[in-house]
Amino acid sequence: MRDVAVVAFAQTVHTGHDAGPAEPELLLPVIDEVKRATGLKRFGFTCSGSCDYLAGAPFSFVSALDAVGAWPPISESHVEMDGAFALYEAWVRLQHGDIDTALVYGFGKSSMSDIREIMTLQLDPYYLAPLGLDQVSYAALQAAAVNADRAALDEIVRRSRAGGRANPYALDLPDPAGEKFEVEPLRPYDVAPVTDGAAAVVLAAGDRARELAGRPAWITGIAHRAEPHYLGMRDLARSVSTAEAGRAAGVGKGPVDVAELHTQFSHEEPILREALGLSADVMVNPSGGPLAANPVMATGLIRIGEAARRILDGSADRAVAHATSGPCLQQNLVAVLDQSL
Amino acid sequence: MGNRCAVIGVGQTRYQTRRRDVSLAGLVREAALRALEDAGLTFADIDAVVIGKAPDMFEGVMMPEAYLADALGAAGKPVTRVHTAGSVGGSTALVGASLVQGGVHGRVLVVAFEKQSESNATWALTTHLPFNASLVVGAGGYFVPHIREYMRRSGAPGHIGTLVAVKDRLNALKNPYAHLRIPGIDRKMVESTPMLWEPIRYLETCPSSDGACAIVLAAEDKVTGTPAWIHGTAMRSEPLMMAGRDVVSPRAGRDCAADVYRQAGITDPRREIDVAEVYVPFSWYEPMWLENLGFAAEGEGWKLTEAGCTALDGDTPWNASGGVLSSNPIGASGLIRFAEAALQVRGMAGEHQVEGARLALGHAYGGGAQFFAMWIVGSRRP
Repeated sequence: MRDVAVVAFAQTVHTGHDAGPAEPELLLPVIDEVKRATGLKRFGFTCSGSCDYLAGAPFSFVSALDAVGAWPPISESHVEMDGAFALYEAWVRLQHGDIDTALVYGFGKSSMSDIREIMTLQLDPYYLAPLGLDQVSYAALQAAAVNADRAALDEIVRRSRAGGRANPYALDLPDPAGEKFEVEPLRPYDVAPVTDGAAAVVLAAGDRARELAGRPAWITGIAHRAEPHYLGMRDLARSVSTAEAGRAAGVGKGPVDVAELHTQFSHEEPILREALGLSADVMVNPSGGPLAANPVMATGLIRIGEAARRILDGSADRAVAHATSGPCLQQNLVAVLDQSL
Repeated sequence: MGNRCAVIGVGQTRYQTRRRDVSLAGLVREAALRALEDAGLTFADIDAVVIGKAPDMFEGVMMPEAYLADALGAAGKPVTRVHTAGSVGGSTALVGASLVQGGVHGRVLVVAFEKQSESNATWALTTHLPFNASLVVGAGGYFVPHIREYMRRSGAPGHIGTLVAVKDRLNALKNPYAHLRIPGIDRKMVESTPMLWEPIRYLETCPSSDGACAIVLAAEDKVTGTPAWIHGTAMRSEPLMMAGRDVVSPRAGRDCAADVYRQAGITDPRREIDVAEVYVPFSWYEPMWLENLGFAAEGEGWKLTEAGCTALDGDTPWNASGGVLSSNPIGASGLIRFAEAALQVRGMAGEHQVEGARLALGHAYGGGAQFFAMWIVGSRRP
C-alpha cells in the first residue's frame, strides 16, 4: 500500500453545553488551523463525518461546506458516520496514487438533543427500537455482560477525567463520586458526557507527508469490521470486530506506547484492551478520551488525531487509535500510527 | 484512478409507491441477492459493503447501516455508509469503486435504497437547522426558480419539459423495474395534470418510490460474468450559498464532467457517449444538464430535446431506463443511473437496450444542485 500519514490535527475547545456556535462556526477555526499548520489551501480530496439526527434536520454536512471554502468546487464526499470512517475513506482514496493530500473532519453538537433517546432510533426499527431501549440501557447490558470490577471502572473514570482536566480541549469534570446508578451497573460518571465540538485532520502521502511534517504519523495499518446488529447474536463481553480490525491493522506487530480508544462508557475500556491485546502498562486515553469529551461524530476522529499528535510531537513512537459505530461496539475501526515505516 | 475495476453484477427491486411486503432489510437484501446472482456470487465472496441513502429522516432510522449489516451479509466485514444528498447513490458507487481502485478489496457490494412510503420526503427536506431560515418548499419549490431562470436565459419554448416527461415515460414502458409505467402517455396527458410549481406539472416531476439497487464491483483478477469496465470516476461539491454561484449550470457539474471525460479520453461527449443515464428529477433538468455536461452548447440543450436526439432511437439517448422521472427511491436514484449505464454497456438492458452501446455515462446530483457524482463505464477494458 501507499504510505500515508497524519500530518496535522486540530480540535475545538469542547464544551459540555451549547456555547452558541453553529456547526460551520465550530468547524471554521479547526479547518483554518490545519490549513495554517500545513500551509495547504486546497486538498486532493475532502471527506467528513456527521449525523443529521443530532441537529434534527437533513444535510448537516451541506452547511459545513461553507467552512471548507469549497470554491472552486472540490472533490468531496461524506459518511453518515464518525469522522474516523471519513478518514478511512480518504486513506483509501489516497491509495489511488493520483492525489497526495486529503482533509478530513467531523463535528457534532450533542447538546442540541437527547443523545440517549436519539440513539434508540439507530436500532432495528421493527424489533428493537419499539422496545424503547435507550443508549445507556443497552450499554448497561454490555457492562453487565463484561462484569467488570466496580473499583476498576471507577479508576478508569478517575484517570480519564484527570486526563481531561490536563487537556485544554477536553471538559473539566470532577473525580467520580456517588453511589447512584444511571442504569445498573452503570453510574452517571461511567457515561461519556454531552459535548459539542469538531476536529480536522490532514493526511498526506509519501514525500508530501515528509515535506509537511517533521515527524509524520505514518498509518502503518488501518481496518474496520462490523458485527451483527442484534445484541443477542453477539458475546457482548468481547469485541471480535475490534480484535479482527486490530489484527488487520497490525497492532501486535510492535510495542504500543499509547492507545486512544473510543470508549463512550467506562466498561468498554477492558473489552477493547482485551480485543487489541494491550497489556496493563499501555497508556490508554491520556487525553481523557471520550469520558472527558465526546463530541459525537468527531470523537473517533479525535482518537486518531490524539494518537497522531503524540507521534508528531515526539512523545510516542507507536500508537493505536480506535473508533466505533453502532450499538454496543457493533462496528470498530483500528489504526496503527508509527513514527517510522 | 488506481487499479482497474468493473461492475460484474446489477440487482434492482421493482420500484413502486409502497413495498408493504418487505422490511427495510428485506428490500435491500432483495436487490443485493439479485446483484450477487447476476455476478454468479454469494455474500461469502464479498469483501466489503458500502451502503448509501438520502437523509435518515426519510425512514426515521438513524444510521440504518448498523441494522442493515445483518441482512447484507456484512458481519465480519467493513461497512461504510455514504450520504451526499441526492447524489448519494452515485457517490456510493464511487466509494465502492474506490475500495477496488485503491487495491484494498477485490470484490465490493454496493447497495442504495429508499423506502419513501415510511415518511414524507417533502417534510423531511423542509425541516431546518436551528437558527436557520426554512424555505418550507421541499425540492420542487427549491429547483423551479432555477428552471425558470434557465427558460429566461435560453428562450426555450414552454413545451420542452412536456417532451421530456413523455419521452422518459415511454422508455419506462420498456423497463420492467420502472415505477411509473403509464400506457398511452402523451403530451396531452402531461398537460392535463395539475401545475405543481410553475412550469412543472404533476407528470413533469418524479414519483416517490420504495426501492433498492445493488451492484457488485470487482478488481480485474476477480471479474466473473460480463463486466462493465470503469473508465473514469469523479465527484465535485460546491457551497450551497455563495454570491455569484450559477445554480442553473453549476461549476461543480461542469468540472466533474470535465474530470471524468479526461479520465475516459472523451472529447466530444455527445458523439462518443452511446447512452447517458442522467439525474433528471424534474423534466426541465434534461436540457439544463445537456448543457452542463457538454452535450450541447449553452442555450442549445432544449433544441436536442425538441429534435428527439435524446429519445431511445435518437443520436444521444438519455435515460433509456425511464430515469428518475419514472422511478425515484431517492437514495438509490443515483445508483440506478450508474447501474443502468453498466447494464447498457454489458448489453443487458433488455427492451430499453441502446443497440451497440459501448460507452455510457452515469450521473447524479444533489443538495442545492451542488453535489455531483459521475462515472463512465465501457464494454472495453480501459
